[in-house]
Amino acid sequence: MSAPILEVRDLVKEYPATTAVAGVSFSVPEGACFGLLGPNGAGKTTTIEIMEGILPPTAGEVRYRGEPLGARFREEAGILFQRTALQDFLTVRQCIALFRGLYTHGLDVDEIIRLCALEKLAGRDARKLSGGQQQRLLLAIALVNDPTVLFLDEPTTGLDPQARRNFWELVQSIKARRKTIILTTHYMEEAELLCDEVAIMDRGRIIAQGTPRRLLHDHFAEVLLELPRQEFPPAARALPLNIIDASDRVEISTHDLEATLRTLLEARVPLSHLRIRPGNLEDLFLELTGKELRP
Amino acid sequence: MIRRLLSVLHARNLEFLRDRGTLVFTLLLPVMLVIGMGFVFGGPQRPLFKVGLLGGPSERQAHPFLSERYVEFISLPQQGEALRKLTHQQLDLLLDLHSPERYWVNTDSPKGYIVEKLLLAAEPAAVREPVTGAAVRYVDWLFPGILGMNMMFSCLFGVGYVVLRYRKSGFLKRLHATPLTAFEFLSAQVLSRLALILFITVMLYAGIGAIIGFHSAGSLPLLALVGVVGALSMIALGLTIAARFSSEELVGGLLNVLTWPMMLLSGIWFSLEGSPRWVQWVAHVFPLTHVLDSARAVMLDGAGLAQIAPNLLYLAATALAFLAFGAWSFRWRID
Repeated sequence: MSAPILEVRDLVKEYPATTAVAGVSFSVPEGACFGLLGPNGAGKTTTIEIMEGILPPTAGEVRYRGEPLGARFREEAGILFQRTALQDFLTVRQCIALFRGLYTHGLDVDEIIRLCALEKLAGRDARKLSGGQQQRLLLAIALVNDPTVLFLDEPTTGLDPQARRNFWELVQSIKARRKTIILTTHYMEEAELLCDEVAIMDRGRIIAQGTPRRLLHDHFAEVLLELPRQEFPPAARALPLNIIDASDRVEISTHDLEATLRTLLEARVPLSHLRIRPGNLEDLFLELTGKELRP
Repeated sequence: MIRRLLSVLHARNLEFLRDRGTLVFTLLLPVMLVIGMGFVFGGPQRPLFKVGLLGGPSERQAHPFLSERYVEFISLPQQGEALRKLTHQQLDLLLDLHSPERYWVNTDSPKGYIVEKLLLAAEPAAVREPVTGAAVRYVDWLFPGILGMNMMFSCLFGVGYVVLRYRKSGFLKRLHATPLTAFEFLSAQVLSRLALILFITVMLYAGIGAIIGFHSAGSLPLLALVGVVGALSMIALGLTIAARFSSEELVGGLLNVLTWPMMLLSGIWFSLEGSPRWVQWVAHVFPLTHVLDSARAVMLDGAGLAQIAPNLLYLAATALAFLAFGAWSFRWRID
């Protein structure tokens, strides 16, 4: 792995009533896609906004290429916030041109439009875009300076599945250009697809960090058996199995698949709709952060 | 820096020009006001002669002319100011009560001609000093006030609410993530609003001037300079209010706290001559008072740069002070 482009050291952010970030440290290698995962209120957005230089930390520091965030960082960073409004009455092209004018170096406006597949929308009023189109425009704005590091804060929240996949393809094409990407998300599928390394945050701290494969190997070696809830007899709940209730199904987590299947067959549990899958990041996320509803 | 400033300036100009409703309203309101005021106040004056008096109450006893009916006698302490009023036909005749008796009459004024006959019938030995000058109608006097008022609202509310809207929507936060500085952003807002205000003011000046038949007595470039420096000062004042806050109610309230005293005390509707000294002192704190004083001096009296230099200096100094304070206290995001 190459040298870190970003280093986060002992970051703390306190507000009068709460501590949003309670001592977070990690580093991001150049060219990597680093994911910050966590439930709502875990401190992801606060952490990424301190890394972007938007919020001042209460304690700790962020270093870009070994130096505190400064003018060079502002010129070389591209940012897509969770929520951003643009100026009214401007077309897509004019919005991009406005931001392009704020940087010394960057891509040509036409090139950005092509890169983000906005050719057919270039003359449209930016307020009249759909959610997915709006996110593509905001990504285009984040790319105007041809950034070396790109921050994406929950970029696909609220998008329909098609728009989300379309956005992922765009991010993958940016990754292929060797850009460093910092991504926050609570879509585990998104993190597994895009991230080289993830850190799972909860209550302002990092509770697990590593590559998705490494994390699953270290924390979640079980396989999961899924059965429709209506086909799972009540008597089978007394079996010596690790049974987890999901919304419309029952999940059984196990290290010994053969023994579990034998137990189910002996109890005459119908297995015609059985699905067996390995644990994924979502399972790990739920295991680490809990399933209870947060206030 | 210039490139960033121009980018923000261009985008803001496009935004304003495409917001048709705001543009039409900005143009229409002052036109309607002036036409309305011209209609209400531009008619024939009351059938009353006004004679200015130079001299104290003790000297009044000896003058039989002072007992004439239908003549209003006004004591004036300053001869220069009294002569200026006579020149503008705000007085029909000016009488010096000191010995020897002298009087000044505006030979261009029909009412001056009649009131002079009355004076000479009572005091045939009075010495005549003729002056000339066209009448200043109320609508002519009001005209700079309306232009200034439109400028004030456009400067304070136009800029103040725009910056507040940008902050509340998160657009300022997005700009903060770029190399743009607060000074560059604020300067772009000032220049954008300045260009729009000057354009609108020139249109109003030409259009309304043609409707009411107004011709400036002084230099138009000097008048433009008054407009530029005055607008800069008031835009920068609006930015100081919008620099920090994120509540529309609070910003609206603060802007009203600024605009209403200026509406009443800056001399838009009536002259503050004769009002208590403290009122005049407060009025001279407001940039609009200096804008109107200098604009009227140029438009009505033909004043030159030297005469209005103190007003221009005050406006320039306040513009710089407000802009510096605005940049210092500026907040990009809602905390």
